[in-house]
Amino acid sequence: MLRVSNLQHANAVIKPLSKHTHTLLSLRDITKRYPSVVANDSINLDVHNGSIHAVLGENGAGKSTLMKLVYGMVEADSGTMHWDGELVQLKNSAAARKLGIGMVFQHFSLFETLSVVENISLTMPGSRTELAEKIKTIGERYQLVVNPNASVHALSVGERQRVEIIRCLMQDLKLLILDEPTSVLPPQHIQSLFDALRKLRDSGVAILFISHKLDEIRDLCDTATILRDGRVAGTVNPKETTTKELATLMIGREVPHIQSQRDTVQAANTVLRLNKLSAKNPDPFGTSLSDIDLHVKQHEIVGIAGVSGNGQQELSRIISGEWRPKTLSPDAIEMFGQRVSNMDPTQRRNLGFSFVPEERLGRGAVPPMSLNRNALLTAFSQGILNRGFIRKKKLSDFTDRCIADFDVRCGGNNAIASSLSGGNLQKYIIGRELMLKPNLLFVAQPTWGVDIGAATAIRQRLLDLRDQGIGVLIISEEIEELFEVTDRLYVINGGKLSPSLVTADVTPNDVGEYMIATHSTDSAQPEAHAHGV
Amino acid sequence: MVFKLVKREHASQWMLLVTPLLAVLLSIVVSSLLLVILGKPVLLTMHSFFIAPFENFYSITEVFLKFGPLLLIAQALAVGFRAKVWNIGAEGQMIIGAICASAVPVYFVDSTSGWMLPAMALLGAIGGMAWAGIAAFLKTRFNANEILVTLMLSAIALQLLYYLLLGPWKDPMGFNFPQTVMFQDEALFAPLFSGVRLNTSIFIPIAFTIAVWLLMEKHFAGFKLEVGGQAPDAATYAGFSAKKAVWVSLLLAGFAAGIAGMSEVAGPIGQLQRSVTSGYGYAGIIVAYLGALHPIGIVFAAFFLAVLQIGGDVALVSADLPISAVQVFQGLLLIFYLSVYTLVNYRLQPARTEKTASQGVSS
Repeated sequence: MLRVSNLQHANAVIKPLSKHTHTLLSLRDITKRYPSVVANDSINLDVHNGSIHAVLGENGAGKSTLMKLVYGMVEADSGTMHWDGELVQLKNSAAARKLGIGMVFQHFSLFETLSVVENISLTMPGSRTELAEKIKTIGERYQLVVNPNASVHALSVGERQRVEIIRCLMQDLKLLILDEPTSVLPPQHIQSLFDALRKLRDSGVAILFISHKLDEIRDLCDTATILRDGRVAGTVNPKETTTKELATLMIGREVPHIQSQRDTVQAANTVLRLNKLSAKNPDPFGTSLSDIDLHVKQHEIVGIAGVSGNGQQELSRIISGEWRPKTLSPDAIEMFGQRVSNMDPTQRRNLGFSFVPEERLGRGAVPPMSLNRNALLTAFSQGILNRGFIRKKKLSDFTDRCIADFDVRCGGNNAIASSLSGGNLQKYIIGRELMLKPNLLFVAQPTWGVDIGAATAIRQRLLDLRDQGIGVLIISEEIEELFEVTDRLYVINGGKLSPSLVTADVTPNDVGEYMIATHSTDSAQPEAHAHGV
Repeated sequence: MVFKLVKREHASQWMLLVTPLLAVLLSIVVSSLLLVILGKPVLLTMHSFFIAPFENFYSITEVFLKFGPLLLIAQALAVGFRAKVWNIGAEGQMIIGAICASAVPVYFVDSTSGWMLPAMALLGAIGGMAWAGIAAFLKTRFNANEILVTLMLSAIALQLLYYLLLGPWKDPMGFNFPQTVMFQDEALFAPLFSGVRLNTSIFIPIAFTIAVWLLMEKHFAGFKLEVGGQAPDAATYAGFSAKKAVWVSLLLAGFAAGIAGMSEVAGPIGQLQRSVTSGYGYAGIIVAYLGALHPIGIVFAAFFLAVLQIGGDVALVSADLPISAVQVFQGLLLIFYLSVYTLVNYRLQPARTEKTASQGVSS
């Protein structure tokens, strides 16, 4: 459906390895509107073959929409797309793949119960033996080693990502789009991903690398296009630009700093203790927790690091009381010196425990309900009920105070929770939980999907709380965040917890070691699954 | 061309109010078409349906007689539906309520005690709640689907009714008809006016409506039920028990349906017989939805369906309609309501099959 002009073809043959030989993809004045927002506004973007091109921006800046446009999943309202100099209109992603465009999403599309080669054979022609052979060849050439016969559920996140990349490489790939590929990886695996990407680039493939992590972009990418509020804020060479300059381009102003005045603290009480906590997950693909020892004292922020899917979900539900396995020993969880294993979330809250879950919509808040009604969810014990009847005035006072004190940008206390941006809803939920005046605050993924401004405000608030003497526990997949705010760290890996680490004494690489330590990850698995070959 | 439904970002509030009216209008149009095809007089039929019920005092009281049980059952069902507990077996719960209530006059044929009626109400309520409680138990203990369980329990209740009426409870002087003895006056609600069937039991659904309105709009317990329905994970997070929501929803419906069954045998029917429910258990589902699951909306919806049923009776005679005409109209009403509701909240968009294919595989 697309003819490459002779001239360009000749070019490609003569200098396949040199960089910036020609413009592979060229977008002009691309605009895409959604009912409530202009996601992309007159975007211009040129991608050259043999280069790694970063698309940088905050949440909601329009990165994902733009990539979906390139991959044919979304149609632009106006603007043109040229591929190899020819005007193209992509009706769907199959047409994009035909041109040689591949995309790896943040959420992988692999069947867990099938093997690698079975997964790939779902979309590729050829016998399984041929495909397995091809997977091995590609793996060796680009250092993307993965055992074709391994079951996907047994693979680490990094390996699954390789399978996705290999799947793109199985066809004649010219442009690879990666959506936040490092957000799921431990530090050690990030470097090996980058090595593979550099090899790919040197073979002439263009790569669009979406990220909001500035250091990575400076390390890896040849060009960076920064998006802000749906527009191009600038195109720069990241190697010649400082992190600060990039950040300023990204958020449109200087990045605020967080501060803490930490006093030396004596005689702090333990507010949370887990004693050899073990719990078997009824879900066969879920993670079971084993032998977890953890404690949190007043005046400290304790972090739990780890690659997602290593038991964070289970641990947070068991601490919050949402999951109460019958087999849990009575002294497995202690809060403020009391055994709470059998207490439900309300009882734990009444002791002085507050919890901000990672999913805001649907768990931390009821999406179609107003902020007023959402306040009732956990704040019902704050004098809002009179024999079970809701006191409207008290409730709206509570909500108004939360909105004002925590700078929640919204349309008032009757605004529907789902109408708030991620950052504002997170501020609202954290605010609501803090207004319960907890002595132990537990926050899962405090700044997930939150823009830099709100994230800084949230981290500052956590530090202030610690300085006031509250014990804070956070689970985060962002190592940088943990190093910024925590005093001590644990690493969760395969449902087990590392020993306690003092944050000031370790490096991100040390933490990374724990993240992947006992995992049967990188090398191909010896106990190959014989079936399916 | 394949279409898919995309949720609207802003479903307008007033459209939700217009939805039931539009559904009524569409049902009238389509049933008029059916009438034309059948060769029946359209205007006369519409007159019988919507005007005749108000033409004399007796018809008006008959409308309210139907209004009572519809209101009672629909209010209780709506509470469950808002908590996403799909009890569609109010019919069976009503039958068991009627059976349990009837046990009193059946076994104390000659009693003239003033406690007859309260005892019947109590037994009726307990019977309905016990029947619904079976579904609640199976749901909370074994995660058995309450739609299937309540539906099948209705079939069992019906067979139990038939067995009693053909066997142990059959009126020995009743010429072998499958019905019990006529109940004594002490086992019946007093008529509101002389010469009409409408009786004092009408106050029960009205009081129940106020109670449900307080529960759902003003009380924390109603809030908990609603959170459980709209965001189960948020309910778990807050510490609201999902099991409790199932129990409360089903027991409330069992209570209401049981009382409704009792009001029928202690009211217009005056004995236990096969057609004791008049289909109120199923019609209650339509009423609940037509009233947008809101206590006040349901009052209007119940009234409308009561008019429709009386009007249907009139139309049977005056316009020579088949007996199923009312059921067809009710069915149209529900279908149109659900379609209009869906289109108000979602918009139709041509599906791009390739796109779904590329995204179809997910881990």
